Amino acid sequence: MAKPRVALFITCLADQFFPQVGESVVKILRRLDVDVTFNPAQTCCGQPAFNTGFRDEARSVARRVLDLFEDADYVVAPSGSCSAMVRVFYSELFEDDPDLLRKCRELQKRFFEFSEFLVRVLKVEDLGARFAHRVTYHDSCHLLRELGVDDAPRKLLRNVQGIDLVEMQDYKLCCGFGGTFSVKFPEVSVPMGQDKIHAATETGAEYLVAADGGCLMHLAGLIHRQGVALKTIHLAEILAQR
Amino acid sequence: MSDTGIHSDEIHQIGGETIANPRLAEAYRSSTIRLYTHRLNSVSGFAGFERLREAGREAKRQVIENLDYYLGQFADNVERNGGKVHWADTAEEVCRIVVDIVRRATAKEVVKAKTMVAEEVELNRALEGAGIRPVETDLGEFIIQLAGERPAHIVGPAIHKTRDDVSDLFVKHINAERTNVPEELTAIARRALREMFQKAGVGLSGANFAVAETGTVVTVENEGNIRMCTTIPRVHIALVGIEKLIPRLADLGVFIRLLGRSGTGQKLTTYTSLLTGPRRPGEDGPEEMHVVMVDNGRIKSLADPKMREMLYCIRCGACLNACPVYRKIGGHAYGWVYSGPIGALVTPEFVGIGQARELPFASSLCGACREVCPVKINIPDMLLHLRSEAQQHAPKPTEALLPERPAFRLWAWVMRHPALYRLGAKFARWGQFPLARKGWIRKIPTYPVSNWTKERDFPALAPESFRERWKKL
Ligand code: SF4
Repeated sequence: MAKPRVALFITCLADQFFPQVGESVVKILRRLDVDVTFNPAQTCCGQPAFNTGFRDEARSVARRVLDLFEDADYVVAPSGSCSAMVRVFYSELFEDDPDLLRKCRELQKRFFEFSEFLVRVLKVEDLGARFAHRVTYHDSCHLLRELGVDDAPRKLLRNVQGIDLVEMQDYKLCCGFGGTFSVKFPEVSVPMGQDKIHAATETGAEYLVAADGGCLMHLAGLIHRQGVALKTIHLAEILAQR
Repeated sequence: MSDTGIHSDEIHQIGGETIANPRLAEAYRSSTIRLYTHRLNSVSGFAGFERLREAGREAKRQVIENLDYYLGQFADNVERNGGKVHWADTAEEVCRIVVDIVRRATAKEVVKAKTMVAEEVELNRALEGAGIRPVETDLGEFIIQLAGERPAHIVGPAIHKTRDDVSDLFVKHINAERTNVPEELTAIARRALREMFQKAGVGLSGANFAVAETGTVVTVENEGNIRMCTTIPRVHIALVGIEKLIPRLADLGVFIRLLGRSGTGQKLTTYTSLLTGPRRPGEDGPEEMHVVMVDNGRIKSLADPKMREMLYCIRCGACLNACPVYRKIGGHAYGWVYSGPIGALVTPEFVGIGQARELPFASSLCGACREVCPVKINIPDMLLHLRSEAQQHAPKPTEALLPERPAFRLWAWVMRHPALYRLGAKFARWGQFPLARKGWIRKIPTYPVSNWTKERDFPALAPESFRERWKKL
């Protein structure tokens, strides 16, 4: 079989705030003998505007995404939320334009969240990673409920050497990030985040791991402000450790 | 005095007060988690539940897509059974129809079962205005009537009251002895209500389901008070939202199982009453049965393919219990009678987006509501739709330099031009220099990020973006 060609959709958040996540993804995919490309014309998927109710603005950004990845076998993003935007919500953005909708459907078939891509497409569960810490996995709501992915990250984590993976109480509960919700309803977003952090520390975990930059940014920001003894890390960063 | 009007624009304030009030916050937290857990336990061991959900959804789809047909069939059957059907387009019409019926029955009191439609049309206020005393016979409704409040939850109106709160109300309003034993509190309410069932000339109820095929009004309850309201007084009035129809009697088996499990985690609620017309010779029951079919904004939603599905709702309350936002801000924050995820859809639809523009934004879009909804309503998707409606028809005056729409126009323009995006990132890296300490920013003074940094630190932009590092990878 020829090397699968994967175009990265790195997401604006990882590009600007968490480049180490993107680097980890590249490292892992290359180890798996995948041909990785990065098109620097990419920016954002359009989700912030879409979730705030500005569909025209979101569409104008999303249209570019339809064009950028035409020749890749697969497009992979290290974010459940951005992947859900493309895979689920793009259909709504382009529902009135048959040509764009066709293009959108075509892209959706090739677009995967990172852990989902590893487990469901490449069928790898053991990356030979090593991370000797107790961790707890936080399901980002979009990855969990829009894309229905809850097994892939856990399978990958369970195969990490030395890891102690523990579940939080009510592990499916939202962390309160919610995109612009985090600044529109900070009075709710913050206590929701506190509940999540509490649930994580209760497990005795050193790290809270997630597959979404948004949740991590929100939780890490709270943890840092409050000086809680808990670290946050992106799934890809753990999987890249040797 | 009871709470009236629409306060949905006060969601931040009322919600914030609930979060800051330990007793209230704990009452919401523990009751929602209790109901959520009961539901989970009752459905997780039940293999056929997914099939039931599909069947329920399909039956509702059938009704809503052919509502005129089923409404006609239902109304014909009610009349054939000897009942009288009234059609009400607006809240005022509902109130007028009910007041007229009560007056004609020369009744001074109306015993009421729990009905959200009566709350929606503010029936109590209309009755009181006409010199008629509404008596709430549902324990939760009785409690909030004493407190002068609106329902805090569509299934458990007094879910936010602790036993001590209830005792306080009973001591103050009905001269009861202080107690916080649940059975004693229930007994106090029972005593206060019992004579009313005998005295009242009219009993008023809602309907959980209305069976088109037979003209039957179905009510579901645990306390037995609905059964008394609908059978003891001489006249029974049922308020029925037009979306309450189900096609056949055979569908009822699907819905009562869905409702009991989803709402309270019961396989079946204690009482299920099927009311098919007034009494017949030799039977018990009311002499007159009036069915008031209520539109009050529902037909508008029916006409909107993006929102139509909202009418599948069977008001089980599961989405409220599952919602992490409702659990925090409570029911009153939604500012009208319906709360939680379904309230954030129903309220803007019924009262207009202009008066409820904040509600669709009061969600992290986590989807927990859709996960538990017995008829699988895609609530997050409809919230997103309403967000775009809000931005188009009711833009919010802004605290920021730039109102949201121009801000997002600018954002989209930048995101469409990678060169501008790179340039913007470069400027931001310079701009953050005086603010960032060890990768974190403690305070950003400009709205909306200022809302972030009130209680959270904000990550500084990485020294090098991924796209810069990519060149070296
Ligand atoms: S929207 Fe669904 S979960 Fe919420 S009350 Fe209605 S039927 Fe129940």
